[in-house]
Amino acid sequence: MKQEPLLQVNGLCVEFSTKNGSVRVLNQLDLHLLPGEALGIVGESGCGKSMTALSIMRLVPTPPGEISNGQILLNGDDVLQLTESQMEDIRGNEISMIFQEPMTSLNPVFTIGSQVSENIRRHQSANTSQAKEKTIQMLEAVGIPAPELRIDQYPHELSGGMRQRVMIAMALSCQPSVLIADEPTTALDVTIQAQIFELLRKIQEEMATSVILITHDMSVIAEFADRVIVMYAGRKVEEGLVRDIIDNSCHPYTQGLINCVPVLKRDPGLKRVELNEIPGVVPNLAQLGPGCSFAPRCHKVVDRCYQEMPPEQQVGENHYASCWRVGDAA
Amino acid sequence: MKTILTGLNRTIYSLVLLLAVIVLNFILVHIAPGDAVTAMIGDMGGATPELIAKLRADYGLDRSLFTQLYTHIWKMMHGDLGTSFTHRVPVRDLILDHLPATILLVTTAFFLAIIIGTVLGIIAAQKPKSFVNHVVTVLSLSGFSAPIFWTGLMLLIAFAYLLPIFPAFGMSTPGFQGTTLEVMFDVLKHLVLPAVTLASVYIAVYSRLARASMLDVLGSDYIRTARSKGLSRRIVVYKHALKNGILPVVTMAGLQFSQLIAGAVVVETVYGWPGIGQLAFNAILRRDHPLLLGILFFSTLMVVIANLITDFSYRILDPRIK
Repeated sequence: MKQEPLLQVNGLCVEFSTKNGSVRVLNQLDLHLLPGEALGIVGESGCGKSMTALSIMRLVPTPPGEISNGQILLNGDDVLQLTESQMEDIRGNEISMIFQEPMTSLNPVFTIGSQVSENIRRHQSANTSQAKEKTIQMLEAVGIPAPELRIDQYPHELSGGMRQRVMIAMALSCQPSVLIADEPTTALDVTIQAQIFELLRKIQEEMATSVILITHDMSVIAEFADRVIVMYAGRKVEEGLVRDIIDNSCHPYTQGLINCVPVLKRDPGLKRVELNEIPGVVPNLAQLGPGCSFAPRCHKVVDRCYQEMPPEQQVGENHYASCWRVGDAA
Repeated sequence: MKTILTGLNRTIYSLVLLLAVIVLNFILVHIAPGDAVTAMIGDMGGATPELIAKLRADYGLDRSLFTQLYTHIWKMMHGDLGTSFTHRVPVRDLILDHLPATILLVTTAFFLAIIIGTVLGIIAAQKPKSFVNHVVTVLSLSGFSAPIFWTGLMLLIAFAYLLPIFPAFGMSTPGFQGTTLEVMFDVLKHLVLPAVTLASVYIAVYSRLARASMLDVLGSDYIRTARSKGLSRRIVVYKHALKNGILPVVTMAGLQFSQLIAGAVVVETVYGWPGIGQLAFNAILRRDHPLLLGILFFSTLMVVIANLITDFSYRILDPRIK
């Protein structure tokens, strides 16, 4: 029962020109998204997660950024070949996006009603009152109380969680086939986080929307995603079903990310729970060597890792990893 | 309801401010050496002490400063601004005759500066490294550094003498007869050079300000959101960004309105524009205190009203201020 992917990214490269020359922030990225699926993209800051999302939206700031290679196929058509105005018809309609910062992602000088209905009027032939009605419906669907009053309020009159709900209502108002959520809960309280994910899951099921969830938090992935892509320094390092990734990860970076999730259970013998970390920082993308970019931080590193880039290997059904040590005993 | 209360509050503040300015102006004018009688005697080529004393008594200048101030305010509250020493007509009539010309000049320059300045700023902000951006930078720097009378004289030479497109002097062609529309067009022709001169400094200021502010706004998260909705670049810039980006320009414009009136004095003198600026210039030379105080009163009134309007338009533009 092999399904045709809704969205397929092939060999995507994004480069940014800097004072010290061109830096490749996304390198030969392949990914696909199946209909109705929740795909998690995980990695530390600066791994290219958000850049992947912006590339799919074709919102990479140009200049200095540029999509230098690759294909982004939506229902089989390459969005990179579209004109800007054709792309505008897709944004907010076929693919929409919610962002990390609900506090600053809404325009402070327009009412939330006008900002949501703007999306509807842009893509659907609706008159003002139809758009208003739809806006109220959408706000209600994302759990905003008294939406008929809220539509006349401005963003500063809403809490962060409510603003993110407005963003979700806006993004979903035209029933997009793909929703990209770029760390949608990073700026919110933990209790609100759970509510937002519950909402996203409910909507995903009801509207049959495919979701790409970008996060740095493995626990969020475990809870929400069907399939996971782990990214490091602009490349995909591991890909697999969430079960395989959490219980049976092959790449040392993925294992490191999983180990970093704090555990709340306390060992009565210990005074404090030690927090785990991956030593070192994400490398400067301008100074990458020929080998695996994770090598300097890896505890399983061997000489070969510094000299040659490990190719992607299949390690199980739908499970791939790029590491020379795959299959070696830990 | 809250808006009305705030409005009322602001208006009361403005009235108190106006009263304070009247008192201050009065004291300042009287501290300055010389009065109308000294100026008159200068014109007459000397006078006997008796005549000087009589003139002083006639104009009420022999009374104490406090009595004069009290009388001044009392009369003002009844709409009487006194009689001009030099023109020998009521100051109020004199000012009301000249005020429309100044209001026309100042408001035209004001909106010209805001609109042209903002548009230049927006264009420059969209392409920070482009040729247009450099042109805007050079234009605005030269506009800002050039003294306003010099700009006036240069425009006069260029567009009234070398290329006689616009008239050089006054507000209308003497003896011009025609339909209302033709008369309006005649005034418009006379208005162009003075208004552009007066606006030049502020075009420079507002284009720099709008550029910086738009650059800031265009990089913000909500602009990315607007783009992600599939809105065109034009709508994103002129709707989503502009309403935010223009806020500093509005604030600045309101604060600088008083300077615009000061600039009008110079421009009216250069172009023979029959406004209160020209009247003020002569009133200062002739020590015509009632006229000068009247003009100061009206210009203060204009500034106060302009600030009130700025304040309210700011409230309309930015819902966060309530």
